[in-house]
Formats: sequence, structure tokens, C-alpha cells
Amino acid sequence: MSSHAVVHTPVGGELMTPFFRKLLFFVALGAAAALWRFAFGIGAVSNLNDGYPWGIWIAFDVVTGTALGCGGYAVALLVYVLNKGEYHPLVRPAVLTSLLGYGLAVLAVTIDLGRYWDLWKVPVFFWRWSGSPQLEVALCVAAYVTVLLVELSPAAFEKWKDGAHAGLRRLSEAGLRFMDKALVWILALGMLLPTMHQSSLGTMMLLAGPRLHPLWFTPWLPFLFLVNCIVMGYAVVVLEASWSAREFGRPREDAMLAKLSRVAFFVAAFWLAFRALEVVVAGDLSLVASPIGVVFLVELALAALPVWWLSNDARRAEAAYQVRSALMLVLAGTVYRINTYWIAFNPGPQWSYFPAVPELLITFGIVALEIALYLWAVRTFPILAGGEAGAVARG
Amino acid sequence: MTPSRRTALKVLAGGGCAAAAAAAPALAREPKVAPPGAMGMLYDTTRCIGCKACVFACQQANGLEPERDPSGLHLAPVDLGARTKNVIKLYKDGPRMSYVKAQCMHCVDPACASACMLHSLQKDPKTGVVHYDPSYCVGCRYCQMACPFGVAKFEFEKAVPKIVKCELCRHRVKGEAAKDRSGFTRYASGEGPACCEVCPREAVVYGTREELIAEAARRIEQNPGRYFENRAYGLTEAGGTQVLYLSHLPFGLIGLPDLGARGVPHVAYTIQEGIYKGFVAPVALYGALAVAMWRNRRGAAAPPAGGEGVPS
Ligand code: SF4
Ligand code: SF4
Ligand code: SF4
Repeated sequence: MSSHAVVHTPVGGELMTPFFRKLLFFVALGAAAALWRFAFGIGAVSNLNDGYPWGIWIAFDVVTGTALGCGGYAVALLVYVLNKGEYHPLVRPAVLTSLLGYGLAVLAVTIDLGRYWDLWKVPVFFWRWSGSPQLEVALCVAAYVTVLLVELSPAAFEKWKDGAHAGLRRLSEAGLRFMDKALVWILALGMLLPTMHQSSLGTMMLLAGPRLHPLWFTPWLPFLFLVNCIVMGYAVVVLEASWSAREFGRPREDAMLAKLSRVAFFVAAFWLAFRALEVVVAGDLSLVASPIGVVFLVELALAALPVWWLSNDARRAEAAYQVRSALMLVLAGTVYRINTYWIAFNPGPQWSYFPAVPELLITFGIVALEIALYLWAVRTFPILAGGEAGAVARG
Repeated sequence: MTPSRRTALKVLAGGGCAAAAAAAPALAREPKVAPPGAMGMLYDTTRCIGCKACVFACQQANGLEPERDPSGLHLAPVDLGARTKNVIKLYKDGPRMSYVKAQCMHCVDPACASACMLHSLQKDPKTGVVHYDPSYCVGCRYCQMACPFGVAKFEFEKAVPKIVKCELCRHRVKGEAAKDRSGFTRYASGEGPACCEVCPREAVVYGTREELIAEAARRIEQNPGRYFENRAYGLTEAGGTQVLYLSHLPFGLIGLPDLGARGVPHVAYTIQEGIYKGFVAPVALYGALAVAMWRNRRGAAAPPAGGEGVPS
């Protein structure tokens, strides 16, 4: 299959576009708010309180951010485990978005942790480890960021191996040789770790048990979170491929994205059916007739709409519907996660929470940093498929 | 379906089965029991006169700086918080009224401790007191998310924050507890829970959980019809607590939630310990994934790495 021979090239071009400058502006705002937080405490910049100790930083930046970073995981499952080589051109950019999603989630955690200077003790003091699902998430995410770096390293090696620096040249050749040998073991780790921590992100809210609404509390929470992150992973890959094709004038892989949308459709439809059926089987259906029940229905509707769109072959072939559906799937997953960690969590009527402005600025800054780093990486390193080499793979 | 794909699915199913098999034994997560010497408190709404002596004694004993009004006068706290480990609240609806004390319940199966990654919050194996050691605390506040009573508090206003909660005044204890004339197992005067020591009406007393259960039974028997449902709260709730309540009003009205008899960590720990016990399931899945990919790579007409093999 000639489609396997994927050529990646850096996009090049001017980095400091007006859009990039805007991103940097938001990064600077977020950094200022973060400095304030480190100097004067979490309460100084956020509305977090003893009733809602977790807010937007955890619910969005970490719990949703890592799921948005599951593109690498979801596509690798297709390419390497199900042996669907035709999706290969999507892998490297997907791994980059994963690295950024996870890396910045780690940054968000560091800002959120009240006593971040003790974080290093978590991997080191193993004899004190508890069975906390959060421990599993913490160790796995740290390991996964490392694995993603290794998975992406060929992009840097390929750039350096023809470079001027002799040391870098040798390092790159050795690195590429190592990657060739160890690939299967690294890729397997890259699939095991997200399976573990994405499900554990669901397990985590089981400990909030009595205060999590029964429409969200289910022992299946880990499974729902796992499948959900795969749906979001595919959707993000579709969006990323569409956006970079437009932004950098690379050919858009319409046919391949149609096929990927079909995969996304099946997984999303399964998730939706499972989520709804679980509520019925658990006997919680009567709870839907309440204000929070409306939130539940909206959450389902957000997922149902793209599933319905994608169920049709003709619509799925259209780039516009692919993008629209992917956006909706990302939104639905985001809402599901935010609901589980915030809206459906009820510490009592005396508590309320809505993020404060500086708190939001930190989140915006992290998102802006993520996009800025993406732009820098694809302009500098061979990440995207195609380009002047002209060897564009078609599925 | 291509042969290699079928293999992949089969191998993965194998890994899944291994995971399920590893999970099976842990489905029987044993309910936790309080240690024999478990220390606790018994609070009785019918004896409390709302004097709040315990609130100020707690602040003093724990070195907590009370809130002040603008003129500098100390204010009584309205709820548990970063400066308050113990509070007296009032429920009032017409003639129906009751004071109620709130502090850590010292759960038999504490959700806060099971949330905590490095056992910063931990249950003492001897006294069952759920205590806090900030040197392993990362300030994640998961304990707050988990505690079903909303007890654990956090110093949001500080750059170097800690978790704040009642630790049954363990820092005051110097010697061993022993049965005294009252029939309860107590520490020397000045070493026990400050709130209990100052209470003028024995509305809150301390001792071992067993002694307190017996004391509650005695009070219920001596005063038929006085106590809600003729039982103490905390015998079974959320797997049992070491702080027990007797109330003349329904427990729900005075802020004691209906939590069922299972410990809060039960579901999460059944799953977590089931999947990760001995690390068998993750290793099995890892092996299955690697085998699936190795076969794919060999089987497919894949060109060598560099161009393709690396995740390009
Ligand atoms: S905030 Fe501290 S005590 Fe609470 S769970 Fe996190 S590490 Fe443990
Ligand atoms: S009441 Fe809350 S803080 Fe106290 S032991 Fe139970 S779970 Fe932990
Ligand atoms: S035992 Fe000590 S810390 Fe706990 S409520 Fe009583 S006085 Fe306060």
C-alpha cells in the first residue's frame, strides 16, 4: 500500500501573524493571573470555595483538556491495533495535539494544586501510595506525557538529521534507530496509559458518590469516560485536520475524514445508547423530570444531533457536515465532563460557584498557549502530511 | 474483516478477560470495621443549650484565630471553615427547634482518606481518628470533594495553604486513655477533645465508640419517645462513624444526610482495586496491545520504519 509512505514537511512561513500575536496577548494575561495566584493563594484569583473545591481548572482544563488530547490515542487505536494504515497521515498531528492537551493539563494542575511544591513526592514516596483513583491518574498522566514526547521525537529527529549540528545529527540517527526497534513497545504504552487514566477520571467522581446526582453517578462512569474520550479524540482529529488544511493550504483528506467520521459515528452512537440505557436500567428515568434532568436531556441531545448527522452517507461525505458534527461531538463531550465534575455535583444549597474573571483568564491563557505551540510546532517541525514534497497520501 | 484485524480484536478480548478475572475477587471488598479502641464523641441535641462553649474551646485548643468584626471583636462562626473545626448551628421552624454541633465524623471508612494520594489524611489504626499530615498534602482538595459531610476545609486565602478539620484534638493527647470513674475511656484532664471537656451539660461526651453506643442505648431506653427513631445516627451511616448523634428531630433537618449503609469509597475502590490489584490487568492489556501491533506490523505490507514505522 503506497498510502503507507507518508511524507511530513514543516509548514514554514511567518510565525508572528496578527492571530499569533493575539494568542500571545491572552497567554500574557493568563500568566499574570497565574503569578497573582502563586503570590496570594487560590482564593485571590478564583471563586473556588469549600463547597466547590474544584472548578473550571479541573473540570475543563484537566478533565476536558486531556480528553481533547485523546486524538493521538484514538487514531493510534485505529492505525496500529485495528491495522487501518490508511489513517496514517493523521497520526503525527494527532500525537502533537495530544502532547499539547496533556502537557497543558499538567500546567493547569500545577496552578490548581494548593501545595504544588509537594507534587514531586507523589511518584517518589511509593510506600505511601493509596488506592486513590487520583493517584492512578497522576502517575499515568505523567508517564503518558513522556511517552507522547518519545512518540513525537521522530519529528524533531527528522529535522535535525540533515541539520548543520553534528551532535544533533548523530543523536537523531540513534534516536530514529531506537524508535524503529522499540516502536511497538512505546506505542503499546501510549495506548495502555490513556485507557487507564481516562477511565480513572470517571472513577474519581465515584468518590463524590452521595453528592453526585444519580443521573451521572453510575459504576459505569469509568467506562463512559473511556469511550467518551475516544469519541472526542476522533472529533478533534477531524477538526484539526480540517483547520490545518485550510490554514496552511494543504489538501484536505475529505474521503479519509469521511471514513473517520463513520468510525466516530459508531463509537458516539454506542456511547449515547449506553448512557441512556444505563439510566433506564438503573431505574433513574423518573429523575429526568426535574431542572437537572433538563441538563441531562440537553447533554444527550448535544450528542444525538451529530450522531444523527453522521448516520447519513451523503452528509458524511460533505466536509461541512464532518466539521459541524465533530464540533458538536466535542461540545457534547465537554458538557458531559463539566456536568459530571461541576453541574451534577451538589455540595448543598448554601454553596454556589461560577468562575471568577482571573480564573477564566488562566484557562483562556492555557488554551491560547496550546494553539500557539501548535502553530509553532507545525511551522518548525515535519508534523503535517503533504506539502512541497507532494507525496500526499490518500486513504 | 482482515485476518490481522480479527487477531487484534481477539487478543484484545483476551486482555479484557484477564482484566475482568482480576476484578472478580475484589468485588467482595469487605466492609470496614472500627478498631476496638476507636475513640469518638456522642452529641445529644436534647441536652445542648447552644452556649457555644465548645466552639470557642475548639478554637483555643487548636490555635485558630476567630473572625473579627470591623471593631476588632471576635465573631461566632456560622459554619465550618478554614478557621473553624467545630460549630454550633440552630434549626428552627416555629416551635420545633434544635441546636446541632458539626465537626469531623471520624468515619469508619473515611472518604477523605481514600481520596488522598499519599495518605496525608489517614485513619489511625488504634484510635480510628482521621488525622492530617500536611507534609504529604499536595493541596488537591479531592478530600473535600469526597467527604459526604462537607467537613474538610481548605485555606483558600493563603499562598501556603493546608487542609483544616477536627482531628479529635489528637495534638493534646500525651498519655494513654484509661477507663475513669464515669465509665468512659478518657485521657487525662486537658488532653481530651476540648469541646467535650468544656461542655457544661454533657451534651457532647467522648469515649470509645463501643462505650458511646452503649451510652446512647441507655439514654434511649431511659427516655422512651424522646429520640428520633429511637436510634443514634452514625451506627451504620456511610459505613459507620465514630461520632454519634442523638436527636429529637429527624436527622435530615439538622444536617445529617441519609447516606445508606455502605462506605462512600466502596464503589470507587471496588473498581480501582479490582483493576489494579497486583497490576495484573494492566500488564495483560499491555502485552495484548503489543502483540496485536507486532503482528500487524509483521503481517501488513508495511515498509520499514523511518518513513512509516515511526508514528509518522
Ligand atoms: S488536599 Fe491534601 S489532604 Fe486533601 S486529598 Fe489532596 S493531598 Fe490529600
Ligand atoms: S467526616 Fe469527612 S473529613 Fe471526617 S472522616 Fe468522614 S469523610 Fe473524612
Ligand atoms: S475534638 Fe477538638 S478539634 Fe474536634 S471539634 Fe472538638 S475541640 Fe474541635
